[in-house]
Amino acid sequence: MMELLLVLVPLLAAALAYLFRGARARAAVLVGTAAAHTVGVGSFWVRPIATRSASWLMADDLGLLVLSVVSVLFLVVSFYAAAYMRAETPRGGRAFVSCLLAFLAATSLVAVSQHLALLWVGMEATTLAIAPLIYSRNDRRSLEAVWKYLMLSSVGIALALLAVFFLAAAQLGDEGSRALLVPDLIGRADRLDPRWLRAAYVFALVGFGTKMGLAPLHSWKPDTYGEAPSLVGGLMAGALTTCAFLALARFTQVVTAAGLQSFARPLLIAAGLFSLLVATAFIVGQSDIKRLLAYSSVEHMGLLVIGLGVGGVGAYGSVLHLINNGLVKGMLFLVVGNLVLAAGTSVVADMRGMQRTRPISGWLLLVGLFAVTGSPPFGLFLSEFSIIAGAVHEHHPWVAAATVAMLAIIFAGIAGMIVEVLYGEPSSMAPDAEPRERAPYVLGPAVLAGLVLLLGVYIPGPLRAVIGRAAGSLGGTTP
Amino acid sequence: MQLLLLLVVVTDFAVLGTSRLSACIRWMAVQGAILGLLPLAYGGAITAHAYGLAAGTILVKAVLLPWFLKWAIREAAIRREVEPRVGYMASMLFGAAALGAAFGIASTTRAFPRHDLIVPVALVTVMIGLVVLITRTKAITQVVGYIMLENGVYLFGLTLSRRVPFLVEVGVLLDVFVGIFIMGIVVFHINREFDSISAANLSELREA
Repeated sequence: MMELLLVLVPLLAAALAYLFRGARARAAVLVGTAAAHTVGVGSFWVRPIATRSASWLMADDLGLLVLSVVSVLFLVVSFYAAAYMRAETPRGGRAFVSCLLAFLAATSLVAVSQHLALLWVGMEATTLAIAPLIYSRNDRRSLEAVWKYLMLSSVGIALALLAVFFLAAAQLGDEGSRALLVPDLIGRADRLDPRWLRAAYVFALVGFGTKMGLAPLHSWKPDTYGEAPSLVGGLMAGALTTCAFLALARFTQVVTAAGLQSFARPLLIAAGLFSLLVATAFIVGQSDIKRLLAYSSVEHMGLLVIGLGVGGVGAYGSVLHLINNGLVKGMLFLVVGNLVLAAGTSVVADMRGMQRTRPISGWLLLVGLFAVTGSPPFGLFLSEFSIIAGAVHEHHPWVAAATVAMLAIIFAGIAGMIVEVLYGEPSSMAPDAEPRERAPYVLGPAVLAGLVLLLGVYIPGPLRAVIGRAAGSLGGTTP
Repeated sequence: MQLLLLLVVVTDFAVLGTSRLSACIRWMAVQGAILGLLPLAYGGAITAHAYGLAAGTILVKAVLLPWFLKWAIREAAIRREVEPRVGYMASMLFGAAALGAAFGIASTTRAFPRHDLIVPVALVTVMIGLVVLITRTKAITQVVGYIMLENGVYLFGLTLSRRVPFLVEVGVLLDVFVGIFIMGIVVFHINREFDSISAANLSELREA
């Protein structure tokens, strides 16, 4: 019941927000809905899973984690957006808030769907809800970005639908099971036709991999993140990719239950390593900070599938990394958004010396640098360490070595750029009038940074249990 | 039933070989209409489910989408040529190869009766849709290619229509409709911005 509300309420609020004329009222609807959503998700953490009815919509362990990340991130972004809409006037006006809320509804649907076709409907809806937000500046570059994004993700998602149908075809021999329901697929996995199942998995990896932005299907990512407003980029890198990973993880659950890990895992490791390689190549020498973040997102998607591919402790690390990555990406995009708004560009050469003009955002960016590169004591250190430890433990020493080497290069690349942005000598001496920073712009990122730090030093018991069970369903073990 | 499926293949090749944009869209509409009739012809008993699916499909794929795309061409005053990147003859040859490959793949699967054409036809429509998508330079022809790709996936879904609930099909149909609608609007903007809807102009964003 609560699951249904989490989808329907944002959807109704999206319609409601469109009806309001005043910008202030729309912002109130946005923040209010986001807060209500977070409270609703919080209620799941109180109630044990057994009392929830099993049906099409149910937040299981993995779904609950994704739902929580999305909800917290969206709450922070909604406060930011309320302030942003007062200062800037994003194109689309009334539709801006409606699209954001529709995005929340669609991501919630993905997170709680136990029916894979319904999950697909939600996944496609996320694409459609976010596309108008990318095109917020009326110019050629953002037009090109939105076209590339629409075409690539539409084709990807069409192939993912084919994957869903292939999975249904794998079920045809088993008349007793309900079609495409995850519990039935996992519970009766031994009766699935393995050939259709393999085909389904390959298509799911390509289809949802496009939405995640795994190399070589990542080409929309730098363009889209580079052109979209920062808060939209944060939602995409933090929430949308998380949902796409969940979709791939659902297929992985089924394949694991059917005993085909030996088929799926090499595919995942190959896709992950290639993503890391591409990210490394383009992070070094990158000249635009938003595009840098996009390649960093490619890197983290690669890490996620590597963890899934090595299994064992790696899968646990992957699930933990899913949470950390969602939070830290949201934080970084908002902070970088502050600096880009101040400098008027995201080209590094023109935004040096930001520490002086925007000290609080500057500090937050420095924190974000250490968090996103997986330095202790942040949560990403733990999750990346688990993934690498998993690789060693599951007899993939070369995967572990390659990952560590590339992470080191990426650290150097990101650190070099961020130091230049913060402490570099400004090329033109025209600092804007007031180095004053408004609270909504820095409070949200600070909260997210605090959460990532907390996850690095202490994971609460209930959260640890849920992560452990979610990893278990993906063929993982808790360290 | 089998005749309708053969007609789908004919429309696939018609889109592949035609040079006029409006003809391209008309063939796409014909394909949509055939797809709409298929649920009635497929699988014996005609239920309310089959009627609903047929009506929804015909409405979206044979009426609304073609009408919307034609509106977009008219409003944006797009030149009528398709402008392929690969010649028509080469496209046709590729289509023929895809047809052979599709039958080859389909004959190796056991899940469906051998004489059933629907799986190979679905696969060939997906492949030809991809070809149109990749080899045409105009944004609007890329949309046509995407619709064909989607049609192929939909055809495959028909084989499972008794097991996949109605609500889901409606959701899929709605998503596709909204997706194309947004694409259409973007096409419109591209045309206004660049004075042409050639997606080849969209090459400003790249690594320096």
